[in-house]
Formats: sequence, structure tokens, C-alpha cells
Amino acid sequence: MSAVIESHHDDHHHGPAKGFSRWLYTTNHKDIGSLYLWFSFIMLFVGGAMAMVIRAELFEPGSQIVSPEFYNQMVTNHGLIMVFGVIMPAFVGLANWMIPMQIGAPDMALPRLNNLSFWILPAAFGVLLSTFLMEGGAPNFGWTFYAPLSTEYAPPTVTFFIFSVHIMGASSIMGSINIITTILNMRAPGMTLMKMPLFVWSWLITAYLLIAVMPVLAGAVTMMLMDIHFGTSFFNAAGGGDPVLFQHVFWFFGHPEVYIMILPAFGIISHIIETFSRKPIFGYSSMVYAIASIALLSFVVWAHHMFTVGMPIAGELFFMYSTMLIAIPTGVKVFNWLSTMFRGSLTFETPMLFAIAFVALFTIGGLSGLMLAIAPADFQYHDTYFVVAHFHYVLVPGALFSIVAAVYYWLPKWTGYMYDEVLGKTHFWLSFISVNLTFFPMHFVGLAGMPRRIPDYAMQFADYNMIVSVGAFLFGLSQLLFLFNVLKCVYYGKSATAEVWEGAKGKGLEWTVDSPAPYHTFETSPDLTKPQTNS
Amino acid sequence: MGQTKNVFRLLLLTFGMFGFGFALVPLYDIFCDITGLNGKVSGPTFVSYDEELQPRSMKVTFVTLNNKNMPWSFKADSPQMQIETGKDYLMNFTFTNTTLEPMVAQAIPSVSPGRGAKYFHKTECFCFEQQYLAAGESITIPVKFIIDPEIPDDISSLALGYTLFDVTEQFAYK
Repeated sequence: MSAVIESHHDDHHHGPAKGFSRWLYTTNHKDIGSLYLWFSFIMLFVGGAMAMVIRAELFEPGSQIVSPEFYNQMVTNHGLIMVFGVIMPAFVGLANWMIPMQIGAPDMALPRLNNLSFWILPAAFGVLLSTFLMEGGAPNFGWTFYAPLSTEYAPPTVTFFIFSVHIMGASSIMGSINIITTILNMRAPGMTLMKMPLFVWSWLITAYLLIAVMPVLAGAVTMMLMDIHFGTSFFNAAGGGDPVLFQHVFWFFGHPEVYIMILPAFGIISHIIETFSRKPIFGYSSMVYAIASIALLSFVVWAHHMFTVGMPIAGELFFMYSTMLIAIPTGVKVFNWLSTMFRGSLTFETPMLFAIAFVALFTIGGLSGLMLAIAPADFQYHDTYFVVAHFHYVLVPGALFSIVAAVYYWLPKWTGYMYDEVLGKTHFWLSFISVNLTFFPMHFVGLAGMPRRIPDYAMQFADYNMIVSVGAFLFGLSQLLFLFNVLKCVYYGKSATAEVWEGAKGKGLEWTVDSPAPYHTFETSPDLTKPQTNS
Repeated sequence: MGQTKNVFRLLLLTFGMFGFGFALVPLYDIFCDITGLNGKVSGPTFVSYDEELQPRSMKVTFVTLNNKNMPWSFKADSPQMQIETGKDYLMNFTFTNTTLEPMVAQAIPSVSPGRGAKYFHKTECFCFEQQYLAAGESITIPVKFIIDPEIPDDISSLALGYTLFDVTEQFAYK
């Protein structure tokens, strides 16, 4: 009897369990990281398919393929899925994989909570996507779900949408509590806060942002729920409420949210650039302070999304200047990345190519953001394709490219095999060309007055829209190459060394463990108070 | 270990921020009240003014609007009037329930330009309560108002808009 128990006991410690229950019951940070990453990869293709429908409809002016009602559902769900189902879970997955390894911890601080926070995510998106099969159709009020469009005029499925946002929020909050606790309590001896890798720093700050604003989003959707079903009037003018209040509450969440989607990228890009420049990052502490000040500023700029809603001139000036202030810490970061590369001994492997493209194209997105911040000019740009171009530049060649770069950078560490470099570079160049083909002409049609969220448009925008659609199809197809490359690496890749990259020497604890990283790492924490040998 | 303490603090922050989301509702109302933002006007006011301020002539426009599918007829006696600041005025509004059912309505006021709102004092207004009308019934109710003489000089006209909402469902049980 006791022998049976012991052998079970042994199994548990030797490695992962077999079959599906391994993934369902796992509390291992590496397993959960992989789950998050695969989930977000699948959702990328779901949300991407919706983008393809949108671009097919906009290929030519006039009503082509889908009804305007279905078009609105596509736009709404594309946004929701890409924000909550792709970018955020991918970053949480990277955090799960890398943070314990980068700080020399054996696992996350709260492993069971970690399991729960992943497994409620598929449930949340199951609820959201199931609305497509319901009467009245899926949510159709845009990812910003402004009241009263999302309350009085919403399809009945809005209740499912609210429930699914609640679950997504709960997942993010639990994930963040876990990440903060891990970082604050489980660092290896000798790793002071100002010696933490930048990815860890960026996630520490991001997790605080998440805890600060996800509950506000939960509050906003709860108010919607009460307005719809329980006769309250938070956003209903007839009962003394105010629809503009919704926009304030939403953007109080929404603006920090957009930084939640970019701060971890800053950490990733810093690591990749220092590795392939074979230099330590330039201005480490200024990088930390820049991330922190961007995060703090994000709480006082929300109304720049609402210039045209109407506010006193003093309000417009305040939000205009505070928004422009963010360009300073962001400029510090771009400067530091360039200085790290300056006189470095650069090589251009796939992760580095994506990282350099990130720096260049994210800066373009930042510049159009500055243009939008100018209150008087915003009256022209507001709700045009210029805005669409702006936030796609920061989210696709920004956030998404950083995730792709991170996957290429750490994939050999995760799997123990190298990906195909030629395929990787092909993927990069196809993505780089098509992403610009897709989003750059949007600036032009936006400035010329093409409104966003419209299934049809005037004749003069036809040529550019055709180019945009071709770019979008190409971008969508080239991501299949990425999937293929990852699968090829897992099944047919050549073995990777522990260090993986020549420049990774001394660039973090994750490179001191074997490739693939053993199922359990750092069960005794490395002592960083002693001088390090891997200089 | 400080781990439990950390988790507890973070949970506290989570619930605190959830509460803060709801606290934004009264905060927003207070903010609008102080600044007169959004064209929101306050309840009945009785104010006296500095006699030394010179009254000046202004135009006030009355706009009536039915929300969504509100079937009532709702009109001001005259679309606009010439007034002098600091003096009492009265304008009659007529409501008619054109349906075959008894209904309850609520009118929501809004002043444009928004920064003129805090100078628009209503001493009596139907918008402070709901109107109940039987099928086919009609009623005329006055709005009494004074425009504050301290209103900035660059505002030469004000528009008082009312949107009429159907609130029968909310008040049916009363």
C-alpha cells in the first residue's frame, strides 16, 4: 500500500503527468505559460480571420460580402479578441515562463491561482464567441462599448458580453496578484529591485496597472448590467444619469489599458537589443524610471479620447499637455535602445529584426499619437482611419511584433530546439512589408476624412483601401508561416545550447539553465550575492 | 514571509479600485455641478444679485425634443424670447399624451453653450418631477427662470433644451 503511494509521489516529482489532465491540473509555471501562449496564438487566428472579413468587405466600395450588421459584429469582436484574447494573454504567458526563471525562483508564488486564472480565460471567450450563434447576433457596439449604444440599443447578447468581460477581468487580476507577489517575494538572494531584468520590471509595473484599472472596467460593465436589467440610470439620461459618464469611466480604464499592452513589450525589446548588440542595455535605471513615469502619467490623460465630446478649454489644455508629456519618457526609451545598438557588434537574427522593426514602427505610431493629442487638430482626426492607423501601428508592429520577437528569442530555451532561421527571416520580411502596406495608407484616407467603423465608403478612398486589403491578406497569410516555423522547431528543430545566442552570455539567469529548460528550475535559488563566474 | 500580507494588500487594492469605479459617479456629478460642465443645470434656485450689475439684453431659445419613440406632443409656447438678465421670466410648455394609454414622462434639461449653464437659474420647472397624463390628456406647465447678470459678456444667447423621455415602465408601480 505504502509502495503504491510512494511511486505516485515519485512520478509527480519526475516530470509532467501524461495526457490532457496534465494541462488541466498543472500548477507548473512553464506549462501554464505554454497554455497562455497557445491560447493567444489560437485567438490571433480567430481575431485575424475577423480582420480578413473586414478587409474583404472594404476591398471595394459598396456592400460586398457581409451585411452592415455583421460587419459591426466583426469590428467589435476583432477588437475585443485582439486586446483581451491575444496581446494580454500572450504577455501573461511570457511572464509565466520567464519571470520565475529570470529572478531565480522555482515557480510562481501562487501556483493554483495561476492554474485558475488561465482556465477561466477559454471560458470567457467561449461565452463571448457563443453570442454569434444567438438570436440578435454578437455584440456590435465596438470594443469601446459606449453607452447608450451598448445599453439601450444593444442586442440582447450584451449580457453575455458583460459576463465574459467580468471573467476576463478576474483572470487578469488574479494573474497580476500572482506576478507581483512572485516578484516581490521570490527573488534570488542578491537580486535587488534595481538589478532585476527589465522584462521583470516592466511586468511589475504592468501588473500594478492591471490591478488598478481592471476593477474599474468591472465596475463600468456592472453599471451597464444594472442599467439594462435592474432599472438603474447610471448612463440613462431619463433617470438623471449621463452617457458621457460612461466614457469617463471607460477611458479611466482604457488609457492605462493601452499601456498594459505595451509596457511588457518595452522589457522584451530591451533584452533582445542588448543580446544582439552584445552590450549591456544603455541607461538601465532611466529605463526603469521611464516605464514607471509612463505608467503614472497614464492615469491623468484619459480624456484625450474624448476631446470632441465637449469639455471646457482648460480641460482640453490639461489633457493635451499631459498627453504630450508622455512623449518624454517614451523618447528616453527609444534613445536608450538606439544607444545600446550604437557601436554594438550587431547581428540580425530574427528576434533582432523584429526588435529593430519594433523601435522604428512603434515610433511612427507614437508620432501619430502626438498628432492626435493636439486638441484642436483632433477634431479633424477623431473617429477617422487616422486613429485606426495610429493604434494599429502601436499594437501590431508594436505589441504584436514584440511578442513574436520574444517567441523567436526564447523558443530555443523553451523547446530545446532552434527554429528555422531562413523561415524566420522570410516571416519577418513578409510581415514587415505587409504590415506597412496595411496600415500606412490608412493615415492618408483618415486625413482625407474616411470614417472608421463603416462598412462602405466614398469612391475617392477606393484605391488606398484596395492596397490596404491586399496588405492585410498578405499579413494574415504570413502569420501561418510563423505557426509553421514554431511547429517545425518543436518537431524537427536542431538542438540548441544552454546559452542559445552568442550574445546571451551574462544576460540573465534564464541562459544559465539547460535548453530545454528542465520542468523544475532553481529549486534551490542561485546566490547572486557571490561574484558571478559567467561574465 | 510577507507573501500573505502582499496578497492581502493587492486584494484590498482590487476591491478599493472596484469601489472607486462607482465613486466616479457621484464625483462626476459634483464636478459637473461645480463647473457647470455638460450643460447640466441644478435644481430650483432662489438667488439675489448684486443690484449694481447692469442688466443686459439676451436671447433665450427653447428647444423641445422627444427621445427615441416617445409619442407625446411637447412644445414651448414660443420658440424664443428676448430677455434682460436679473429679471424673472416665464415660458409655458404644453404636453399632450397622444396615445390611448396613461403614461409617465420625464423632461431632462440641458443648456447650451455648456458654460452658460450655471448662470441659468430655474426657480420653477416641470423637469424637477415626472408628468403623469391619462390617455389623450393635455397639460400646460410654466418654467420660471432668471439669467444671472454675472454671465460672461461673450455669451449673447442661450438655448434651453428639453428632451422628453418615456419613463412609464419605471414609474408604473407608483
